[in-house]
Amino acid sequence: MELNARTPEGPIEKSWDKHRFDLKLVNPANKRKYKILVVGSGLAGGAAAASLAELGYEVECFAYQDSPRRAHSIAAQGGINAAKNYHNDGDSIFRLFYDTVKGGDFRAREANVYRLAQVSVNIIDQCVSQGVPFAREYGGLLDNRSFGGAQVSRTFYARGQTGQQLLLGAYQALERQIGLGKVKMHSRHEMQELIVVDGVAKGIVTRDMVTGEIRSHLADAVCLATGGYGNTMYLATYAKGCNGTAIWRAYKKGAAFANPCFTQIHPTCIPVTGDHQSKLTLMSESLRNDGRIWVPKRKEDCGKPPSQIPEEDRDYYLERKYPSFGNLAPRDVSSRAAKQVCDEGRGVGPTGLGVYLDFEDAINRLGAKKIEEKYGNLFEMYERITDENPYKTPMRIFPATHYTMGGLWVDYNLMSTVPGLFVLGEANFSDHGANRLGASALMQGLADGYFVIPYTIGGYLAGVKPGTRITEDHPAVKDAMAAVQNKVDRLFAIGGKQTPTHFHRELGKVMWENCGMGRNEAGLKKALEVIPQIREQFWQDLALPGSGNELNQSLELAGRVADFLEIGELMCRDALERRESCGGHFREEWQTEEGEALRDDENFCHVAAWEYTGDGNAPKRHIEPLKFENVHLATRSYK
Amino acid sequence: MEKHLNLTLQVWRQKDGKSEGSFVDYPAKHISTEMSFLEMLDVVNEDLIRKGEDPIAFDHDCREGICGTCSMVINGRPHGPKERTTTCQLHMRSFSDGDTITIEPWRAKPFPVLKDLIVDRGAFDRIIAAGGFISAPTGCGQDANALPVPKQNADLAMDAAACIGCGACVAACPNASAMLFVSAKVSHLALLPQGQPERYSRVRDMVAQMDSEEFGTCTNHGECEAACPKGITMENIARMNRDFIKSSLTFRPEIASGGAG
Repeated sequence: MELNARTPEGPIEKSWDKHRFDLKLVNPANKRKYKILVVGSGLAGGAAAASLAELGYEVECFAYQDSPRRAHSIAAQGGINAAKNYHNDGDSIFRLFYDTVKGGDFRAREANVYRLAQVSVNIIDQCVSQGVPFAREYGGLLDNRSFGGAQVSRTFYARGQTGQQLLLGAYQALERQIGLGKVKMHSRHEMQELIVVDGVAKGIVTRDMVTGEIRSHLADAVCLATGGYGNTMYLATYAKGCNGTAIWRAYKKGAAFANPCFTQIHPTCIPVTGDHQSKLTLMSESLRNDGRIWVPKRKEDCGKPPSQIPEEDRDYYLERKYPSFGNLAPRDVSSRAAKQVCDEGRGVGPTGLGVYLDFEDAINRLGAKKIEEKYGNLFEMYERITDENPYKTPMRIFPATHYTMGGLWVDYNLMSTVPGLFVLGEANFSDHGANRLGASALMQGLADGYFVIPYTIGGYLAGVKPGTRITEDHPAVKDAMAAVQNKVDRLFAIGGKQTPTHFHRELGKVMWENCGMGRNEAGLKKALEVIPQIREQFWQDLALPGSGNELNQSLELAGRVADFLEIGELMCRDALERRESCGGHFREEWQTEEGEALRDDENFCHVAAWEYTGDGNAPKRHIEPLKFENVHLATRSYK
Repeated sequence: MEKHLNLTLQVWRQKDGKSEGSFVDYPAKHISTEMSFLEMLDVVNEDLIRKGEDPIAFDHDCREGICGTCSMVINGRPHGPKERTTTCQLHMRSFSDGDTITIEPWRAKPFPVLKDLIVDRGAFDRIIAAGGFISAPTGCGQDANALPVPKQNADLAMDAAACIGCGACVAACPNASAMLFVSAKVSHLALLPQGQPERYSRVRDMVAQMDSEEFGTCTNHGECEAACPKGITMENIARMNRDFIKSSLTFRPEIASGGAG
């Protein structure tokens, strides 16, 4: 397998311009002769489907939800970064680029990140022209805030619902194209297989989640924008339906999977209450702008109500350890610090797995009204879930799986190692390296969908002869259809006793314990023994009611869990082989005396991309070396 | 404090869109008050699967009150008893030990039942496709700060844009009217300068699609506003009606002419 990143030569400021000029164009009259499939309708998929249809391509879009408006991008709360420098506070494209490379702990590709920073400004312009109601100041101009580890105000936001408003912008653009007949939308359809002919992506197989019909869709190019695989951990801030099936099918058809162990654990989620817990809810990181994080200095105080713990007995551990960033330290750093104090037995709440996020000082300083204006909806949500009033008593928070920086390997054109298969948004291994900064996911999803793929896919299609799509009688189509039907039949044939959720929960426990915030060789090796055992039990003891020819949510879940049980193993394998700590990947063997991540740039300054070599065989690890010519390798410090 | 409840659920079961449905009783035992309503249903479903029975099908996704997927009528109220709360954020502490809870799908002709509690809300997408957008192809945007928007308008637009498209307004309305949903989108875009060029064609096209989907008309019951989990107000309906009247009076059929060259 060859990993050619196709990164343009020359000065980084000019790379994207030069590359865009070098890409071949498709004649406008020919565009309608090409069909493109877009799987996923979130920020990346929705934006791509709409933009490609506007260009004149024939587009079909697929979503497992009942409407493209419901993709999980909608749940992003905090904001979207852009190097507009509207606040004259020293921001620039280069600074956003620099912050993102450094924030990602030097495990992202420089040229991609620079392009991301460049197009960030176009995204805001585009969204405003679509009617996205960003927050504004009294003069009518756009408001910004500082967010998640940035020292400039570059985050645009729409109350605590930025993801929702950006997604609705993309959704409306997509619906417009649907209304014009330029996009055919397939809601409640789940991609089950990728069709590959002579190593080139030529279509997909889907299951209609209402009728159970399995059918093929053939095209000149396929774009996967199906999000991350964080639900491998079972408990996560992802929507319940988020899954890794599409990218996993692609992996098994030859697309390399890059850095699968790079997962982001978000520091500010509502703690778990019990075994019934089905998902975790995030509280926007913006709360850290005004909230102070602390735990009691002494274990003995943990059971006391927080109001009875005097100031001198509290440990504001982020402010203590990272005086210059304080409560705004990046996500990986903050999450690990929370784990550390809980491991020391100083966690709070009924389970001992929680830390306080306290607004008392902010309320005293700004008044409850101002706090309500800024965070009202978040406070309300917290109270609804926990039955505690955060205006009166500090919130309790704990880290939870939130995002996967890993994903399918793509080159500068967002094309995977399977020609014709493009991967966008969280589904690709992306521009975030080993750790994503706050408000950067929305930026990347929209950058890929609005401003990268419309150019790069043309460069690919210009080399594809129009009218060379395969037909349904091609053996590759029949094989792919049979594989999907076979998997459904195998699942129903098990006839065991345990529910799909049971196995998912078991997998999640193993993953969280061994491949979560802290990882070590012994734990990962143990996980690599236990996961195949759970997988074996799954295939021997799964209970699956109903049939495949109807709306069957248990079947949907079982299919996803079967894939999570394989993805989890690859995550652990990658974590084991990456013998260093970087960003969200913290190997306990590699830390400084103060407990900070210790990178090994000599041996691991690279992307690890895994090649599938058949079930039962160990996957092959390939390397794409990373060069840092514009931002010099340095140890991250937020002190 | 965590308590445990024993409940009886009366759940609407319907095999598919063609079959007749009926209520079936299920016990829900030892339910923690810390659970969300959907987690309670998860527990019931796990038991059903283990017993070899068909679990209750219901739509859900984000489980944090923003995607608008969950959709059930609980004790006669869309999304249940708590104000401004979606089903997924409703917690069992809102119920008491021994309660009987009825659970039904959205009931409206334009939202046909697919299975049990799952309905097809594709009509909402078709209304948006008919005009619920600003025609701004990718790449056309001018600098985002080139056109200031008065803060009050931006805030009002955001209030309207907060709609999650769940359909509770339709389910709550005795006429199965979609006026709150449609007016929220009409208002959101009409309040912004970017939305002005298409303001009147938008409202006309969206209302025409709404009518063709056979949603009922608004007779000012106000049930929609009471049921809305996001606090969308009927003020939007008034704004839509004003725009609709104006569009009817000023309507000029499109003239295909000129431009070629």
